Amino acid sequence: MSKLIAWIDERIPMTKTWNIHLAQYPAPKNFNFWYLFGVLAMLVLVNQILTGIWLTMNYVPSADGAFASVEYIMRDVDYGWLLRYMHSTGASAFFVVVYLHMLRGMMYGSYQKPRELLWVFGMLIFLVLMAEAFMGYLLPWGQMSYWGAQVIISLFGAIPVIGDDLTLWIRGDYVISGATLNRFFALHVIALPLVLVILVFLHIVALHEVGSNNPEGINIKKPKGSIPEEEKPKFKFHERFTKKYDIVDAFPFFPYYVVKDLVGIGIFLFFFCYVIFFAPAMGGLFLEPPNFEPANPLKTPDHIAPVWYFTPFYAILRAVPEKLLGVILMFGSIAALFVLPWLDRAKVRSIRYRSGFHKVNLAIFVVSFVALGYLGLKPATEVYTFFARVFTFLYFAFFVLLFFYSKNENTKPVPERITK
Amino acid sequence: MSNAPVDKGRRRFLTVATSVVGAAGAVGVAVPFIASWNPSARAKNAGAPVEVNIGKAEPGQLIRVEWRGQPVWVVRRTPEMLASLEGLADQLRDPNSEQPQQPEYAENLYRSRKKEYFVAVGICTHLGCSPQYLQNDFAEQVEGVDAGFFCPCHGSRFDIAGRVFEGVPAPYNLVVPPHYYINENTILVGKDGEQA
Repeated sequence: MSKLIAWIDERIPMTKTWNIHLAQYPAPKNFNFWYLFGVLAMLVLVNQILTGIWLTMNYVPSADGAFASVEYIMRDVDYGWLLRYMHSTGASAFFVVVYLHMLRGMMYGSYQKPRELLWVFGMLIFLVLMAEAFMGYLLPWGQMSYWGAQVIISLFGAIPVIGDDLTLWIRGDYVISGATLNRFFALHVIALPLVLVILVFLHIVALHEVGSNNPEGINIKKPKGSIPEEEKPKFKFHERFTKKYDIVDAFPFFPYYVVKDLVGIGIFLFFFCYVIFFAPAMGGLFLEPPNFEPANPLKTPDHIAPVWYFTPFYAILRAVPEKLLGVILMFGSIAALFVLPWLDRAKVRSIRYRSGFHKVNLAIFVVSFVALGYLGLKPATEVYTFFARVFTFLYFAFFVLLFFYSKNENTKPVPERITK
Repeated sequence: MSNAPVDKGRRRFLTVATSVVGAAGAVGVAVPFIASWNPSARAKNAGAPVEVNIGKAEPGQLIRVEWRGQPVWVVRRTPEMLASLEGLADQLRDPNSEQPQQPEYAENLYRSRKKEYFVAVGICTHLGCSPQYLQNDFAEQVEGVDAGFFCPCHGSRFDIAGRVFEGVPAPYNLVVPPHYYINENTILVGKDGEQA
């Protein structure tokens, strides 16, 4: 066995990669619950790819065949219902874990220097994920698929001058049709997953270059020679990390955090399976009722709303009584997150050591996001629209305020070391 | 390997020339990939005009037909509906149909060739949902107006001539497609004919 490993290692850096990224990778010792969501997102990605490949084996990507083929998968293919529910529940689960993962980053300042690119790669993943989910939602060719796509593609029509030609180019027809369905299928199953996997790879490369942040926001890399030998962790870390720095308060990722993550995965799978087996439609949130009717280009369902994970942005769009401005604000709400590392000028990372003002500001942001998500599911009545405007304002206020107060924020002193 | 001195100018020229040729090639290769997303010849040909029989339309009835894959409405308006169109001007974005949302022959108060029949593409000018026809219940949306169109997606409102109200997300009036009366009972949607 060891001979075989040596033979491989001479030809490809297998053991070295294993050590650098797992067995001798220093991870801060104080990771909490919030640090599970990265690995859970990876798990869901694997689930989506596997079930997705199996679904394509029976799905027919055409306006005539799509809806019927989904029914065929549900009724006649052995375990087809399970594969489809794993895929549809996985889509929602993906957004649940990604939103929590992003909130973790915001709470502990994981986007701050030197992790700006790590955050930007993460945001790109989020963007591609949204495109992936949107295109996937067209494929069952139900009423909600059709009209949801109609609305989202029309967003691009708000762009001055080129808008109309651009929507025509995206659809490949004068209305959403089989041409649109087929190209979305191609993008959903080949192009975007490929991009997604590459971005996830880059996200991890960037993470392992700068090292993980932690709930205290304290750097675990100390200047070389500044830490006495007896205070260093009694683990072997790869010399790639110890050459320039003294590493403190850390464990190797494998086996310590792998085992911890396995517990988290077990708990996650419990909830995941509960939804798959007992509430796959999640009361109309994960699979919306109008989508059990085939697409009808002549009739819009009485009440249309996107799937829950898009509703915060959708509520922002709807809150503005002007087409172009609404579209700008909606995309702006995502763009603001992209530049978060440069909006936040504080030197302190973790919320634990930041000002009370910042805590309140972040709390209001989270409440606004959830409230917008709720409002986006509701019809556009006067009262709801009023609240959508209020929360849209608060959503953007978070970023504007952050930019101004973070420069000279009244932060608490950050300890030198993660407490023992 | 030659020991001749490096001719930097020449090296620079070759680098630039190679880059330019490469970039031109990349643009050339991109053309078919991008252009293949345009509507195909078949999709372009599918836009044939459709005939609508209005002989049996009741007053107030809306007939829905498909033209170029889009819903087209023909509404037979009652005299009360037509009367409601007057006096709305200050609540509308474009009361006089100045935006090019209709053929010339529909640039009038009723936005139609014949007062009684309103022909429109049933697609909201905001984000493309198909509005609901509220024959009697429109007053809930706009006080004092009994009939109109209401888009369930984002709450845009249109009067019974498809003119958009102020304060809603839709920027323009509903589109009136080219159409003409072949005879008293038949409208052809998709072509500007001669007779009015």
